[in-house]
Amino acid sequence: MTSEFEPVIGLEVHVELSTRTKAFCGCPATFGAPPNTQVCPVCLGLPGSLPVLNLKAVEYAIRAALALGCQVARVCKFDRKNYFYPDLPKSYQISQYDLPLATGGAVEFLTPGGRKRVGIRRLHLEEDTGKLLHEGVESGSLVDFNRCGVPLLEIVSEPELASPEDARLYLTALRSLIQFTGVSDCRMERGSLRCDANVSLRPRGSREWGALVEVKNMNSFRSVKAALEFEVSRQARVLSAGGRVARETRHWDEARGVTFPSRSKEEAHDYRYFPEPDLPPLRIEPEWVEEIRAGLPELPEARRRRLVSGLGLPEYNAWVLTSSPALARLFDETLRLYPDPREVSNWVMGDVLRVLNARRLELEESKLTAEGLAGMLRLIDRGLISGRAAKALLEALVVDGGEPARLVEELGLTQVSDPAALAGVVREVVAQNPSTVADYLSGKEKALTFLMGQVMKRTSGRANPEVAARLLRDAMAGEGRAGSGAGPDSGGEAGGR
Amino acid sequence: MEEGLWYLPAYVLAARVARREVSAAEVAEVHLRRLERLEPLLQAFITTTPEAALEAARRVDLALGRGDPVGPLAGVPAAVKDNLCTLGVRTTAGSRILERFVPPYESTATARLWRAGAVPLGKTNLDEFAMGSSTENSAFFPTRNPWDLGRVPGGSSGGSAAAVAAGLAAAALGSDTGGSVRQPAALCGVVGLKPTYGLVSRFGLIAFASSLDQVGVIARTVRDAALVLAAIAGHDPLDSTSAPVGPPDCESALDGEVEGLRLGVPREYWLEGLEEGVRRKVAEAIEVLASLGMKVEECSLPHTEYALPAYYILAPAEASSNLARYDGVRYGHRASGASDLNDMYCRSRREGFGAEVKRRVMLGTYALSSGYYDAYYLKAQKVRTLIRREFEQAFERFDVLATPTSPTTAFPLGERVADPLKMYLSDVLTVPVSLAGLPAVSVPCGLSGGLPVGLQLIAPPLAEARLLRAASAFEQATGHHRARPALDGGVDRR
Repeated sequence: MTSEFEPVIGLEVHVELSTRTKAFCGCPATFGAPPNTQVCPVCLGLPGSLPVLNLKAVEYAIRAALALGCQVARVCKFDRKNYFYPDLPKSYQISQYDLPLATGGAVEFLTPGGRKRVGIRRLHLEEDTGKLLHEGVESGSLVDFNRCGVPLLEIVSEPELASPEDARLYLTALRSLIQFTGVSDCRMERGSLRCDANVSLRPRGSREWGALVEVKNMNSFRSVKAALEFEVSRQARVLSAGGRVARETRHWDEARGVTFPSRSKEEAHDYRYFPEPDLPPLRIEPEWVEEIRAGLPELPEARRRRLVSGLGLPEYNAWVLTSSPALARLFDETLRLYPDPREVSNWVMGDVLRVLNARRLELEESKLTAEGLAGMLRLIDRGLISGRAAKALLEALVVDGGEPARLVEELGLTQVSDPAALAGVVREVVAQNPSTVADYLSGKEKALTFLMGQVMKRTSGRANPEVAARLLRDAMAGEGRAGSGAGPDSGGEAGGR
Repeated sequence: MEEGLWYLPAYVLAARVARREVSAAEVAEVHLRRLERLEPLLQAFITTTPEAALEAARRVDLALGRGDPVGPLAGVPAAVKDNLCTLGVRTTAGSRILERFVPPYESTATARLWRAGAVPLGKTNLDEFAMGSSTENSAFFPTRNPWDLGRVPGGSSGGSAAAVAAGLAAAALGSDTGGSVRQPAALCGVVGLKPTYGLVSRFGLIAFASSLDQVGVIARTVRDAALVLAAIAGHDPLDSTSAPVGPPDCESALDGEVEGLRLGVPREYWLEGLEEGVRRKVAEAIEVLASLGMKVEECSLPHTEYALPAYYILAPAEASSNLARYDGVRYGHRASGASDLNDMYCRSRREGFGAEVKRRVMLGTYALSSGYYDAYYLKAQKVRTLIRREFEQAFERFDVLATPTSPTTAFPLGERVADPLKMYLSDVLTVPVSLAGLPAVSVPCGLSGGLPVGLQLIAPPLAEARLLRAASAFEQATGHHRARPALDGGVDRR
């Protein structure tokens, strides 16, 4: 449907900086405190209160800017963005307008078609707003000002994203970069990473710009992609039908899976930006910037190079393993304990991520440690658990944590390699699946997989696969010889009746 | 004894209290009694704090009784303009919208004043949010000029100026955005000092126009003003625009030499509309300064005429943003019966703000609107830069500049209320200094038609010591500061 049009997408990302205190006062900036317990005259905008810039927030912003390859300004200033809303106590937000903290820079990400690079237009520092609470309120709304004044980084991309999937990949790469610098945890579900998008369509190959639609209220990586996909098709439908796309702001409705236009009143904002007279222009000494640059940790790109050229991993693996610092750390530390890059990489990228996704857990929230993962791999090597049992063990390591060997005991996952112990199960499986056995005997090697599955099921995954396979083959070979005269399938049984 | 106390200079009072010749409690009681007697006539205060005053005075006396050290203003009864936040004491900014606002914190300037031992008499009347030149824009009542109860005290710090002029307080704090300390001081015949922008912290000063607002001092002598300035000035980490300097030692500089000081007299300040009596008194004052050995020379500040229009773009622009927080959500007046959020905003602000505040919020909103920003706000900023530069150049040739403070003496109540432009012209001689962020002082330079006239002296940034030395020399040479209003029969019964 979009073949005659190409999407042009730009993202505006807000990242909450994890400084100890707020941007312009000394209140704690931590998440999750009871409402209105982290407030003071300054962040409540009481008369006569004045902002004082938190230099740690500037340092964090510079750190992020350097990680994105931005040019940090020698002088920047703060401006007031004026609008009325109950979550904005001063009725203006201290932000940066025409002289942002940093400009330029780029984010790279890997697509099936290769690497892509999307420019960063600007990065600036501003203050967060409070939060309106509607739930459990009979009439009206409540306001929680704890978040008000928490330092916020706004990162605006160039409109260079060519698809919703690119947007998702860009966002993943951007989040990883910021997380590696340690200035934010970038947790979308907690609101410490927020994303708005500008979407327009134009005839493929055209250099004209289409009407810009701003999409808001996307609360997860999944919803960013889904909302953009919806919006791109919606605009394509409008254009294909000969209509015109309205320049507007639309909200993503997660439940209904659609975007809908916000009331036009909300858009009629003239923010009346002007220089914040309560804060002098901010001069950033190049020496300070260099000091911050020198203190940057290893960033994803350098790490990927190390993984590809140092460890011989495929580039795709390197990208996945650097998609968050927690994942990278897990890989590194596991590798130190279990020096097989391929094997560790496969487990981390495969089952670890699968379990986390299935349980909607961040790695940091799980109980999984490098010791646990390496211990599990060693148990597999020593034949003490099967691959299938390992998957069950991994679940336990993620959810409950603990020492792998003991968990194996507790969960009864020890691998059974003694042929005598498995013989009974194998006999049963062969006896109860005559047609599959016949398939195998007629040369369908695949049938063995099904029978193996049956053995694993009956042994709760504990059977040593090699031993079980050998026993199955032997048993079926015997079956074939025994039934050679009576016909393969039901012959023996029918005759027995 | 009692009658003699209320017109004593603050530095004399402080010295007598410190020597225990008189108790701080007695000084406080005398002033409170006078306040009680004259306040119905003057209406200089929005809130009085007699209990706090007596309590503070008793603490001074106790400290002195124990032989503990006390501050340089110990026992000095002081008043504070009601736009400076005071912990636990209602602070209204002269507005309905803050009529019941009790700050949970103390402004830096007042905190330092109390720490120096001053005794808090109460909160003085002002034009709403300091927007005005007559104190008639107070949401509560107008203040009267002690020299003529049918006339305005000037504004916006009219309550502070009237209280000091009438001997209700020995000194007072005001705030000066475009002349709000100097002009009422001139009209009430007292000393009004606007320090360099940034010398006194703005923390806790309810903002009108942040890039111009400065806490100032109103007193009856230059030495008193220097003493109070020393107590309240100096860097404050809570105000990012606060100058990184300590309090100036003006007092010891007061007795220094003024001979040879180069005094510039900018001709643009001798407006056509300047009242004849004002012209005469200020001209005489400049002759006095010359007679003290200052080298007087006429000079030119050609962009002066653009200062007022630029000011009336920039100050309202900042005000429109500063006053946006009064939305009825968290504190202050909230209209009842609003149909939705927008209605609540509109009705709360319509009911809470007076006409002049609304006028300036609209002016400022307009000046910042997209499509008009460049033509108004940006242009006005450029004018401001030109004016600042022009002063810088003048100060390459001169140490101090001298001008009239106000084009007229105190005008009758009600005369300019209906004519905002005429009211704005009251600031025409004080606004350029504000745009340049310079220190300036208005000192009494005689009477015209029985009403006080003020001489404005202007100095380069942070040259308060030199400024006050020149002002003090003038004061000593003339004695105009000893003239008293007729409240007590026109006689200084000291």
